Amino acid sequence: MQLLFLLEQVVNGLVLGGYYLLIALGLSLIFSVGGVVNLAHGAFYALGAYASLEIARRLGFGAAVALSPVAVALLGVAFERFILRRFYTADPILSLLVTFGLALVAEQAIRMIWGAAPLPASMPQALKGSVILGDFLFSRYRLLLLAIVAMVLTGIWLLLNKTSFGRVVRAGIQRPDMVAALGIRLQPYMTTVVMLGVGMAALAGALFAPIALVHPAMGAEIITVAFVVVVIGGLGSFWGVVLAALLVGVVRGVTIHFVPAAGEASMYVLMFLVLLFRPRGLLGERIEKFE
Amino acid sequence: MTSRRDVLKAGAAGALALGFPAIVKAQSAAIKIGHLTPMTGFLGALGVYAVKGIQIAAEEINAAGGVMGRKLDVMSEDSVNPATASTKAQRMFEQDKVDVLMGEINSASAKTIMQVAERNKRLFMQIGARSDELRGSGCNRYTFHVDIPVTVMVNAEGLALLRDGLIKGKRIYSLTSDYLFGHSLSKAAKNFIAANGGTVIGDDLVATDLTDFSPYLLKIRQAKPDFIATNLGGNQVTNFVKQYAEFGLPYPVAGFNLNTADAWAAGEGNLGGIWPTVWHHEIDTPGSKAFVAKYRAKHGQPPENHAWIEYVSLHVMARAMAETKSTDNEKLIAYFEKEPKFDLLKPRQGYFRSWDHQMMQEAYTFTVKPKGQAKDQWDFLQFGPAVPRADQPLEILAPTKEQNACKM
Repeated sequence: MQLLFLLEQVVNGLVLGGYYLLIALGLSLIFSVGGVVNLAHGAFYALGAYASLEIARRLGFGAAVALSPVAVALLGVAFERFILRRFYTADPILSLLVTFGLALVAEQAIRMIWGAAPLPASMPQALKGSVILGDFLFSRYRLLLLAIVAMVLTGIWLLLNKTSFGRVVRAGIQRPDMVAALGIRLQPYMTTVVMLGVGMAALAGALFAPIALVHPAMGAEIITVAFVVVVIGGLGSFWGVVLAALLVGVVRGVTIHFVPAAGEASMYVLMFLVLLFRPRGLLGERIEKFE
Repeated sequence: MTSRRDVLKAGAAGALALGFPAIVKAQSAAIKIGHLTPMTGFLGALGVYAVKGIQIAAEEINAAGGVMGRKLDVMSEDSVNPATASTKAQRMFEQDKVDVLMGEINSASAKTIMQVAERNKRLFMQIGARSDELRGSGCNRYTFHVDIPVTVMVNAEGLALLRDGLIKGKRIYSLTSDYLFGHSLSKAAKNFIAANGGTVIGDDLVATDLTDFSPYLLKIRQAKPDFIATNLGGNQVTNFVKQYAEFGLPYPVAGFNLNTADAWAAGEGNLGGIWPTVWHHEIDTPGSKAFVAKYRAKHGQPPENHAWIEYVSLHVMARAMAETKSTDNEKLIAYFEKEPKFDLLKPRQGYFRSWDHQMMQEAYTFTVKPKGQAKDQWDFLQFGPAVPRADQPLEILAPTKEQNACKM
């Protein structure tokens, strides 16, 4: 019986991991290709949640989940073209400072536009409640979330591995100089990568709005988790991030099952252990330009 | 020879000094109130209400000529966390030369500020933190507590739960916020449940920065309790009730702490159960109505209980200064300890109990209105009558000397 309960936590952790994945994958891609640690990534997650509230009020929940990531992704294009682009070859500390500053500006802007108090967000009545499969309890809404994550993940994987776009991006991660020598400009690719990454973060925000609080600091809260996932997974590895996100979800769930107070700390312990034995992360690749 | 121009100048200066003495004096020596409250983090939303509430009181007092002809200058700052709170408190006493310190919502931060106040032998009006320990084992003579302690919340809520048959003979599962306030609440709740024939079958700690409750919800389902009683703080309660509604578990939920702002944030349709509160915007007194109208006109929504408590606290402080004709902290302490009665915009007046410096006042419970009755997004809560009843002493819900000894 105890084993069954534990298994239920593991499965639930996998579902939660899917949500972490949406945020972490974009963060990892932007770093791998551009060499920029985007501390403003959480701000786009928050903007996605707030935009979804505004859209849901006018056009309904479905439209909010579909349109909010698109709107924020367009904002991401502007972010890449006017700000991020200037820092690809600069001292990494500069891009850290700029994106950190932007995260603060975005949080304060949200506070000024929507107020500091958390906003209520609800899911459609039809999505509430849970489904019991075998002995396992699933929230209906989270199953939908999982399906969306799986679709997005498949799309990104196909894009990176089965298209010429993906080949250039992967080459750009390993040997940007070689790509340039072949006469390919990486900048338009980078714009697209940022757009996709930021769009995924906004999608996570829109999907999580009805579950958790929509408040100005939500971006700052999630960015830490996203970083932990990226560090555990290893840079440049698609499957590393997937594995790490699911692992963090499972470890957190199982820890809460046995030692509730240590639930939030568990992911940092996991990161510590992984870094101790695999400093490059679980599936991290050796990337020459960062060595 | 004195020129016409010099005479004019002297005359003008004299007229200024004679005609506007109050203004000249007020500008030179405003009474400085240091105000610390969390404006970010899991209590940040409450702190924003706190700042708005104390501002309205300051504007009112200053518009009426200030205190002893001196303006009140309220300096509000984000207390962030317990360590920063104590650093800022020390700086406010030392460098900003504040006359008194007020504020706080976070019990752990309140505790460190209380220590600073005691070290400096200065007055701290602790407005919004509720842990019993602050007015019990951790009490000191320089701190006065306005908000109700957790024992009052547990007793007010517990009586309502007893009436609804949710305690006696029931198996109860608890979730407790993992910091000073949550631990204090959990201790008081367990005492009440045990004394009234209930059994706590599980009590899980919840980190203050946790947002996803799904692992806890699975544990609760496995435990199959009769009733879930939460001891959560700040926006934890909101996240919990939203996700509880998401999973749709069948067990009734209620809890020993839920601020109105956090209930509003949960949204209609997610919240159920019965909860305690210290004040609500539908209290039918002229004072509450006037304050609510003023707040609505300024901010476009009803005030939350933290806006109210900061508003009345500054008025209490201003009255103490006016009546003692002083900002001398020792005189103010002596004044409060004489247990004068203060208007808290409630049907009954309140007073600081002299032996633990705790404000004695009414409390309330609230439930949720049936679906479709809310007029707007702030109107779905149904407020109950005051406890204790009008014919009972205010102290019956408060911790006794035996339960919560304070030695100053």
